Amino acid sequence: MSQLERRAVTRQLLRSRGDALVVTGLGSSTYDVFAAGDSPLNFYLWGAMGSAAMVGLGLANAQPGRRIVVVTGDGEMLMGLGALATIGVRRPANLAVVVIDNGLYAETGMQRTHTAHGVDLAGIARAAGFAAAETVRSAAELDALERALYAAPGPVFAAIKVAPEPTQIELAPRDGPYLRSRFREALLGNVAHR
Amino acid sequence: MTAAPAWPDALYAELLSAGVKQVAYVPDAGHRRLIELAHANPDLTTVVLTTEEEGIGVLAGAYLGGQRGVLLMQSSGVGNCVNALALPAECRIPLLMLVTMRGEWGEFNPWQVAMGQATRATLEAMGVIVLRADDAERIVETVRAGAGLAFDSGRMVAVLIGQRALGAKVFRK
Repeated sequence: MSQLERRAVTRQLLRSRGDALVVTGLGSSTYDVFAAGDSPLNFYLWGAMGSAAMVGLGLANAQPGRRIVVVTGDGEMLMGLGALATIGVRRPANLAVVVIDNGLYAETGMQRTHTAHGVDLAGIARAAGFAAAETVRSAAELDALERALYAAPGPVFAAIKVAPEPTQIELAPRDGPYLRSRFREALLGNVAHR
Repeated sequence: MTAAPAWPDALYAELLSAGVKQVAYVPDAGHRRLIELAHANPDLTTVVLTTEEEGIGVLAGAYLGGQRGVLLMQSSGVGNCVNALALPAECRIPLLMLVTMRGEWGEFNPWQVAMGQATRATLEAMGVIVLRADDAERIVETVRAGAGLAFDSGRMVAVLIGQRALGAKVFRK
């Protein structure tokens, strides 16, 4: 079975996003989501490592009528594992957390992460109380996730095992006030500026 | 047993009138009443955190989604927040933190002193504006001022509630 490729995975998952709000974790996940197509409803994190899932939770609380999809990496998720427990308490039905898991810290020299040693992020999410939590390894499982991501009652978690080959850096915008204001304006309209 | 102080109820009313919709917290005895009131209000989303830095992300997400929030913690949690503060700092996202102090006025537990004494400097090093109330009757007006600075001027603000106002924690020997 050939390994999934992270850019193709991200492109497939986001093609059916509709009006979903997307938050990315710093590093490769931010590049992947930007490469799949920029949108004002993408909020790219370039720092605050470990925060992506929690930004997703605050957004899910504020916008219960919208689907929130967090796309992050295994290293970023591991830095904020407690976030899975915090989400497990609130159990927002509109939140999905997707970890693009290459088992590596790609930004810092491809050192192996805990998941490369067998730490099971989907198992942790399931134990924390996520409504659904899967590890995705095949194209068929990815197709199923693409459907569940926007339709299944959340919180949904998926760790997608992808090939370790590095991908080209795609420089998403990184000016914080710009990312903040364009996101709020696209979501809230003129209220964003009051 | 002394009577429960009146300020937590007034503080709760102040936060509601400031438009707060999300309350994220790591528990502290000084915030006990406020946490109870928040949980009892179905119009608020109250989020218990495993560590304080999670609250920085939650409130940034709340703001992106059009809601105001407040983060409650003890001074020992301020150190946990440091790198996460890069998010509201870079994006100029409003942040209101209410920090009950340990490690100062009459502290019994020496392990609280290091972070308690470093709390203000730590926050200021990350660009957070620090206000402080040492008298119980000043807490509500200080939070009102902090909420204005945070939400109207788009700044990160921490209101430190001094151990003198709270009363030092009593340990039974």
